[in-house]
Amino acid sequence: MEEFEPVVVAFCCHYCAYTAADMAGSMRLNYPANVKIVRVPCSGKVDTIHMMKSLERGADGVLVAGCLDGDCHFKNGNTKAAKRVAFVQKLLQEIGIEPERLTMVTMSAGMGTRFAKIANEFTEEIRKLGPNPVGAARKKQVAG
Amino acid sequence: MITAERKPMAEIIDSIDDCRRILLVGCNECVTVCSAGGRKEVAMLASALQMDFMKRGKTLELSEMTLERQCDPEYVEQIAPYVGQADAVVSMACGCGVQEVVRRFRDKRVYPAVNTKFMGATERPGVWAERCHGCGNCLLGMTGGICPIARCSKRLLNGPCGGSSGGKCEVSEDIDCVWQLIWDRLKELGIEDRYEEIIMAKDWSSERGGGPRRIVREELAQ
Amino acid sequence: MNTESVLEKVMKAGHVGVTGECGPPRGAMPDKVKEKAELLRGYVDAVNVTDNQTAMVRMSSFAAGMILRQMEMQPVLQMVCRDRNRLAMQADIIGAYSHGINTMLCLSGDHMHFGDHPMASGVFDLDSVQLIQMVRKMRDEGKFQGGAEIKGAPKMFIGAAANPFADPFELRVARLAKKISAGADFIQTQCIFNIEKFEKWMEGVRERGLHKETFIMAGVTPMKSVGAARYMKNKVPGMDVPAQLVDRMANQPKEKQAQEGIDICVETIKRLLDIEGVSGVHIMAIEWESAVPEIVERSGLYPRPEV
Repeated sequence: MEEFEPVVVAFCCHYCAYTAADMAGSMRLNYPANVKIVRVPCSGKVDTIHMMKSLERGADGVLVAGCLDGDCHFKNGNTKAAKRVAFVQKLLQEIGIEPERLTMVTMSAGMGTRFAKIANEFTEEIRKLGPNPVGAARKKQVAG
Repeated sequence: MITAERKPMAEIIDSIDDCRRILLVGCNECVTVCSAGGRKEVAMLASALQMDFMKRGKTLELSEMTLERQCDPEYVEQIAPYVGQADAVVSMACGCGVQEVVRRFRDKRVYPAVNTKFMGATERPGVWAERCHGCGNCLLGMTGGICPIARCSKRLLNGPCGGSSGGKCEVSEDIDCVWQLIWDRLKELGIEDRYEEIIMAKDWSSERGGGPRRIVREELAQ
Repeated sequence: MNTESVLEKVMKAGHVGVTGECGPPRGAMPDKVKEKAELLRGYVDAVNVTDNQTAMVRMSSFAAGMILRQMEMQPVLQMVCRDRNRLAMQADIIGAYSHGINTMLCLSGDHMHFGDHPMASGVFDLDSVQLIQMVRKMRDEGKFQGGAEIKGAPKMFIGAAANPFADPFELRVARLAKKISAGADFIQTQCIFNIEKFEKWMEGVRERGLHKETFIMAGVTPMKSVGAARYMKNKVPGMDVPAQLVDRMANQPKEKQAQEGIDICVETIKRLLDIEGVSGVHIMAIEWESAVPEIVERSGLYPRPEV
């Protein structure tokens, strides 16, 4: 039985989250290779359709990472992102997909440790949830 | 605009569950403005349907299209080349649009994906409120430009009733008492003595109750 | 204008008018109507029969009113705009009049949201002001609202409700003026606990001479318990119950609260009858009709005058 390796897509805002991820790297902090980082100018640029498509295409978990509350470089992009995440979580619930597969986190540019911690913890949570039911069926189709 | 809200997913899925090919059609007017059935919402619904079908081991071929309007035959015609490849059409337009699609493509199953709500305006981004009831005989000139038919829970023309409290309607704190609004407006305009003029019983035959309505402009009709 | 209404005759003769209230049962139980009404016999000039009060389905005001007529009592037919269109209203008015019901109260009606059928569509073909106008046209012109002649026009003594405690306060006198202009012969107010506020409203009423154009009957309700007092204070829209009255109830042990409620009611009536322009009193002893005889007697309003 293959060990399930989750695929996690992390949308990271350039000003804070991406920089924190970078910092984690330079601090030689380990975070799982499962986490694929997508750099965006602001978490507020992440549209609900990006979150949906990530899951539709088979990602097991999606992280939207932005600046700390009140510190968004573009004023309130992070607030918008948080509301959109909540919206998509409700939609996922309606179609029977675990809303916990999608989450919003915040951090400052210097929080390399925090980024690594979140990346590790979220990957583990997703591992426990198991493969994205959409992806699993897709694999079955391809196989069968 | 005409406002609408997406139907619960379970209801939409149930209506097309036996289909393998769907044409999902949005509308670029009212339902776009209230974020219920425009291009973006079509994409979101398509993704959600796709995910639901896939996780249940079913295939779904989905085409997405957003028309300028669905309430004009010229625009509805644009889906003609694609309709043949679909088991059903799911429309995100208001009830008007859904019915125009049906009128043109009589042999096609057509399902609504939104619940059409009311004629209203944008109070602020993300918030739309009912403004007009389409009574057919506008009396806004008599009430300082604020409509008691659309906005009074009891459509009183000589309100307020005894349940008005703190400027709010007895039905809910979220509903402003429109007669409070009208009174404030009459004061703003310095015409509060108009309040005591009795607005006579309305002739509702110009409203939907008189039968489904139609406008014919002879000079424009072909 | 004169009708055969006992209530009109009493107040026209200069006596204080007294009305009571009877809420019909939530089922086909005519005996319940008879029991309640019998408790009021001789203590009131007429008995209001409510109409699907708080949007809860009950035996209709018309049907219960007929039972009162069979008992040779005087019902006040209550009609709300929520449940009937103008056809049904006029049909019921001529029907009720044919059974000797000659006094009616025109109301908007509590919204369906409050009752046991929030999913019903509210009719609201007319509002209460337009309803008053319509009844007056039927009586004085002998014409239906649509204009056709009525053979056997109903001579109704027309009443309306007033709530001096609803918002906006500055509008409440103007609203009364509107109802009077439409044809309201008598007014029954929402039950009064805040006498100061009522006095303020009456000042505005007297300033415009409205008390001379209509008979104003002040509404009162005896509170049965401190729980009832709190409920009315907090949960009923458009009611103003001063804290010190709730405290008076709370300061009594449970078994003495009902009596305190009756005492407060009697004190209130006496103070209200002292106010210039008040022509009568409307006692709404909801589910407590047995308290009415004591209230009427101790207020000095018994026996009722013969007219």
